[in-house]
Amino acid sequence: MYAQMIKSTGQGVKSLDEMEPEERAFQERINAGGKIEPKDWMPEGYRKNLIRQIGQHAHSEIVGQLPEGNWITRAPTLERKAILLAKVQDEAGHGLYLYCAAETLGVTRDQMTRDLLSGKMKYSSIFNYPTLTWADMGAVGWLVDGAAIMNQVPLQRTSYGPYARAMVRICKEESFHQRQGFDIMMKMANGTPAQHKMAQDALNRFWYPSLMMFGPSDAESVHSAQSMAWKIKMNSNDELRQKFVDLTAPQAEYLGLTIPDDKLKFNEETGHYDFSEPDWDEFFDVLRGNGPCNTERLAARNKAWEDGRWVREGLLAHAEKKRSAKMAAE
Amino acid sequence: MTTSKTEWPLWEIFIRGQHGLSHRHVGSLHAADAEMAIKNARDVYTRRNEGVSIWAVEAINIAASSPEEKGQLYEPSNDKVYRHPTFFDIPDEVGAM
Repeated sequence: MYAQMIKSTGQGVKSLDEMEPEERAFQERINAGGKIEPKDWMPEGYRKNLIRQIGQHAHSEIVGQLPEGNWITRAPTLERKAILLAKVQDEAGHGLYLYCAAETLGVTRDQMTRDLLSGKMKYSSIFNYPTLTWADMGAVGWLVDGAAIMNQVPLQRTSYGPYARAMVRICKEESFHQRQGFDIMMKMANGTPAQHKMAQDALNRFWYPSLMMFGPSDAESVHSAQSMAWKIKMNSNDELRQKFVDLTAPQAEYLGLTIPDDKLKFNEETGHYDFSEPDWDEFFDVLRGNGPCNTERLAARNKAWEDGRWVREGLLAHAEKKRSAKMAAE
Repeated sequence: MTTSKTEWPLWEIFIRGQHGLSHRHVGSLHAADAEMAIKNARDVYTRRNEGVSIWAVEAINIAASSPEEKGQLYEPSNDKVYRHPTFFDIPDEVGAM
């Protein structure tokens, strides 16, 4: 998902009897559907895990602006351009809501940014793929935002209050993103043969990377078990991936496009679609930094940070000067 | 929370919705000064007509009760049920009150 392969304590989930009274009260509150707020007691593992997860999610929103920003100046009409601008601006907003939520856990925004820029913190693997044609804007909105929604909707009920509230805001805006993507796909798929071909090509390239967004199967993972006990992860990766395929396959059919998977077929017995797993070697390779655009994305973020330095420092100095002048006048 | 000298301070943002309600906390953001905090709040928190008025308060200026005080702060009101109108039985023949 936007947060992939988050490692928790890795020691397995403790039973209530094994916990000290403080932790037990904390876990019982979560079990009862209660929310944890910034000043409440929380286990160190919960705090650290959340910082990694929310931070990675925030970084994904920010880096996710790059593949779409790529097409703002080349959008086919003024209306499409305005819509894409609004969408990319939303992604910046989503990054901000999430950074704020992470900051309530005692990490600074600058620290998280530094960890992204140095490569210490990750962002979703999906944003390391290039957006080669205008149809990719459709595929990204439809598939990538569609996959993100699968994960973000249940996270509105996550146990950490600030994270849950950020998710509520994000989900409200996210459905605009998916619909605008589908709208582009409809236009392209029903357009000229050349446009239809571009739409099919975009689906071909984004299908498996979108499935990878959910991460590899975590049915056996102790990390996921702990995250689920803490309700900072609400569903298993396989569960969400299946849900995504079940919803998306009929949409592709509606568009008259073919999902690039010979095995994709509705299974009457299970009531779900059967489908092929993505290439997990490719996924791990992208996470290690070897995707088509990893270097370019990090370079772009580093450049933005360095180029913006004089603005950050200048505005801070200006604010300081104004404050001093005001104090002198009083 | 450590704040380096080069980091813009954190502001908490409160927005009044359109229906004559109170300002409500919506989140936070970083800004060099109050003017910028309000401009950023407009971009971050009112992209879809969510509000008609913005308050920005620097986070360090907010005093908050701590969770440990919960008992002593709120328990005293628990045994004062007579503060709720439902405590009093009014006979049906009196009508709406």
